[in-house]
Amino acid sequence: MIEMQDVWKEYPTGTRALNGISVNIGKSEFVYVVGPSGAGKSTFIKLMYREERPTKGHIFINGFNIERLKNRKVPLLRRSIGVVFQDFKLLPNLTAAENIAFAQEVIGISQRHIKRRVKEVLEWVGLSHKTDVLPSRLSGGEQQRIAVARALVNNPTVIIADEPTGNLDPETSWGIMKLFQRINDRGTTIVMATHNKDIVNTMRKRVIAIEHGQIVRDEVKGTYGYED
Amino acid sequence: MRIRILRHFREGFKNLIRNGWMTFASLSAVGITLLILGVTLVIAMNAQQMSNYITGQLQVNVFYKMTATPSQEKQTIAEIEAMPGVKSVQFVSKQQEFKDLQKSIGSQYNDVLSGLSANNTLPDKLIVKAVDPRKTVALGESIAKLPQVDKVQDGSDIANKLFRFLDVVRNIGLAFVIGLVITAMFLISNTIKITIFSRRREIEIMRLVGATNWFIRWPFLTEGILIGAIGAAIPFAAIFFAYRAAYTKVGGAFMSIAFPLMPIGSIGSKLALVLFGLGLFIGIWGGIMSVRKFLKV
Repeated sequence: MIEMQDVWKEYPTGTRALNGISVNIGKSEFVYVVGPSGAGKSTFIKLMYREERPTKGHIFINGFNIERLKNRKVPLLRRSIGVVFQDFKLLPNLTAAENIAFAQEVIGISQRHIKRRVKEVLEWVGLSHKTDVLPSRLSGGEQQRIAVARALVNNPTVIIADEPTGNLDPETSWGIMKLFQRINDRGTTIVMATHNKDIVNTMRKRVIAIEHGQIVRDEVKGTYGYED
Repeated sequence: MRIRILRHFREGFKNLIRNGWMTFASLSAVGITLLILGVTLVIAMNAQQMSNYITGQLQVNVFYKMTATPSQEKQTIAEIEAMPGVKSVQFVSKQQEFKDLQKSIGSQYNDVLSGLSANNTLPDKLIVKAVDPRKTVALGESIAKLPQVDKVQDGSDIANKLFRFLDVVRNIGLAFVIGLVITAMFLISNTIKITIFSRRREIEIMRLVGATNWFIRWPFLTEGILIGAIGAAIPFAAIFFAYRAAYTKVGGAFMSIAFPLMPIGSIGSKLALVLFGLGLFIGIWGGIMSVRKFLKV
């Protein structure tokens, strides 16, 4: 599913973000990526959806060879991946349903199919009653649910989340985590960078810890391991 | 595919509405440029028409010596007809010329003219036209060398001055228009750039969910196309109706004297071609230029 072999990343500014990362993440795994700020978590995540390219090393995502992937083929990779961010990245002038539909319009699905599918995912994240509401009228938790619904709508095999609970209070965060658990139960791989100690220590999953651009720990049912 | 194109036009149109003031700014830039361009074009085309008209009127008047005999005159006609580039030679007898003079002077001077003999006052004359009216002067010069020819008039002084003046008008217009088109393109690309800047986020999200570059580009292109088309339609309509009104008023001739104006039909089609062609070109160019830097992967 996700495979990295001796991956290095140095930014043009000279910052060395990753120094030889090798990892394997299989189908329907649920993985937390933890580590101090600036340790390379974000770069690690960005390499997966080809927002960044490695300086050295091999990456395979969903059968795409990232080194050989041409720029114009990147959209194909992105369609097989759902991404969720700390700041939701919803379009403010589109309603909840339109934001989700957007991800389907972009890949050329017909309006009829989109309508049906959007209704489905809205029900699935429990926000059917907010269909025509603008993001500004939704709570943080609701906005993140819409973002998750958008990530889900094209049936990706992998969901990548960069601190999805970073802007949410603990109670709301748990709601979002349950959503991710349900997605994972359906067989979708989840890779989540997080700073949330509580969640990692309670909802036990595989934990990959990154420090100074290297994997320092990789445990099945691991713990957070940092004092916040 | 047809549904896709419709979607892109719908999106482009929505963007126009959403960015109301920006749209207004771009539309004004294109509209005013094309308006000035259109007016310049109408003037230039009429100047061209005028110049063609005058050229068509050019002729050489050849006056025989008073001593020339009819057979010498015939020989001269044959010699002129043998010259290269001669279109027609028309003989005007002194009697005919006298009558023409009477007519053009007016009946009140009949007394003055009646004292003169129709047979002795004026020489016989030839009217010679060149195949290429611009070579009229050269033709006149060679005719003047013939033995029985007293004098030639080719009207070249006025014509040449006018040609030069019209050329200047056309060149100034052209330079003016090129400058304006460049200005308008920068204005449009800038306005689209600003709208794009405010939609950076939208583009970022589109890319994240797997939109192809062309999918992202299209709405901006359709936006440019719409701005170009509307920006051309308004000045076109304004010029077309103004010209039609002016044309009807002067009865198709400039200052009711000498020069016929170009008919509305032929000016309209040329104007439409240039204005819409340029409008679309400017719009599409602006659209492409402005998305370019945001699409670097």
